[in-house]
Amino acid sequence: MANIGNVWVFIEQEGGTIAEVSLELLCKGRELAARLGVKTEALLIGDKLGKCVDKLYEYGADTVFLAEDPRLEPFTVQPFAKVIMDLIREYNPNILLFGATMKGRELAPRVASEKLAGLTADCTSLRIDDFEDRVSKKSYTDKLMQIRPAFGGNIIATIVNTWDDPQMVTVREGVMKMDEPTPGRKGELVKVKPALTDAETVIKVIERVREDKDVNLKGAQIIVAGGYGVGNKENFALIKQLAEVLGGEVGASRAAVDAGWINHDHQVGQTGVTVRPKLYIACGISGSIQHRAGMTGSKKIIAINTDPDAPIFAVSHYSIVGDLNTVIPQMIKAFKAKA
Amino acid sequence: MTVSYTVIVFVKQVPDTQNITGEAMTPEGTVNRGALPAIFNPEDLNALELALQLKDRYNAKVVVGTMGPPNAAEVLRNALFRGADEAFLLTDRAFAGADTLATSYALSCAAKKYGKFDLILCGRQAIDGDTAQVGPQLAEKLNIPQICYIEDVIKLEKGKITAKRAIEGGYEVLEAPTPSLLTVIDSNIPRPQNAMRIMKFKKAKTKSELIKANSTYTDANERAAEEKRLEDKDLLIYEWSAEDVGADKERIGFAGSPTKVKEIMSVVLTATDTKKVEASEKGISSLIQELINDHTLG
Repeated sequence: MANIGNVWVFIEQEGGTIAEVSLELLCKGRELAARLGVKTEALLIGDKLGKCVDKLYEYGADTVFLAEDPRLEPFTVQPFAKVIMDLIREYNPNILLFGATMKGRELAPRVASEKLAGLTADCTSLRIDDFEDRVSKKSYTDKLMQIRPAFGGNIIATIVNTWDDPQMVTVREGVMKMDEPTPGRKGELVKVKPALTDAETVIKVIERVREDKDVNLKGAQIIVAGGYGVGNKENFALIKQLAEVLGGEVGASRAAVDAGWINHDHQVGQTGVTVRPKLYIACGISGSIQHRAGMTGSKKIIAINTDPDAPIFAVSHYSIVGDLNTVIPQMIKAFKAKA
Repeated sequence: MTVSYTVIVFVKQVPDTQNITGEAMTPEGTVNRGALPAIFNPEDLNALELALQLKDRYNAKVVVGTMGPPNAAEVLRNALFRGADEAFLLTDRAFAGADTLATSYALSCAAKKYGKFDLILCGRQAIDGDTAQVGPQLAEKLNIPQICYIEDVIKLEKGKITAKRAIEGGYEVLEAPTPSLLTVIDSNIPRPQNAMRIMKFKKAKTKSELIKANSTYTDANERAAEEKRLEDKDLLIYEWSAEDVGADKERIGFAGSPTKVKEIMSVVLTATDTKKVEASEKGISSLIQELINDHTLG
């Protein structure tokens, strides 16, 4: 075994349901760990989570560190950061991955700051490579290349952490491919006793209201998405109708969400969800760089827009220059006639 | 009513990445910062607005601070125009090249230099990097609690704050001791600049700006007297160097930044092989047929 630490994945869960991004990261973590010749290990933190453990093995965890305590439910940053820091000090992992979710993005920087480790936000790609720092003339082998969009998505930067391990990143949801689980795969369970004090448990949750999302864009095979060109809330019904007929989900650009035509759960793009369906139909979406960042992984893209110069046409496989109010009913009619 | 609470708002002057024009990118694909207008980071305006609401409700004193080049004093004046009471600029070449860890360390030194405070407010994230890391890292550096994604403050009391924040799919109401750090999301409408305040605070200056405007100063005493005169009228924007805030040189700027940029690439449109489909019943019908045939549909 190499003399470097293992690859760790922070497992995000809500009421015992594991976030998809954490499973995506286990799959990615397994790939990175194989390249480095180390193990993939999962950090499962909360209360009464025993039933989650097997799933983590099946998705690639060799070890599950399980920290349970009533004070770790519901999630608050400081107690979680304390548990993670104590584990880092004890085991010295090489890499630590978090989902770039609301929880991940408030927890990871608190840990990185205390550890004096570098942290790169919202990565869209990760790989292992060597790095030569031209300024300090130092070279590093087998470092984590942390690739992320910056400047509103106009550039893609590759960033390397040159200080203490772990090399920490948050990774956008939906960008890492989730492999099929291996049923019956087993690993090692390490139960951790959280050493919490009053210093970490100062924040009290008085009220907590949440609902699960009413749409699963990440898992959708077909997405029909509407943008500002849809024109108004009433016309959005047309987008929903096409999605229903084709058996798909409804997506939207930020402009349509900001206009209040549909809620944020449906937003595709840099500040929404990254999707990769079999078919993506972009209706009245001009195709800003931020939107394209979330959908160019789709297998087939159809774009409908009245503006022949809309940037969306540059990434589409089928370009339809026309009015969606005419084109969509034609599509519905044609599909009903053939299917 | 006497001042009851002190709220520090950390803000950032950022290039306007939301309205990128052709000239903003060089032919080599790097960002031409000079071609982008410098603006008040949008969510920092929400943080300032929330602080000013605390001033309205509790007579809190609002102190605005930033780290940046000398001309970042512009965002501080902008904040004074909207209602902030005091401002400080952290500026030094030694801060250049800082990543989020080095930035949060520098800001923590500035907060300590300022003195006692009850709350620190920041925007959730800045539009040039979108990392949302500096707020939580600053809280850790100061060893105070953090609450991110704040929508509103429900109640501020001596030693305690109750606030509402967004969580995935909903919201939470949290109670935290003060001092605490809050990061604020786009959940209020920032008040505009006030005409009376513009008249007064357009004269607010930093030490560097005073020197620049009065190149005739012959000795330090004369300049110090001018600074004192401005301070007495609440028109001095405090300007601090790395040394002034007692920052360790090894922990700021490039030297204090663990993350290094290996490579930058511009995002180019990957030209896809596009098939033009006629927007007619016939065109659409054959498209649908093609998608059924290759099992994309049906």
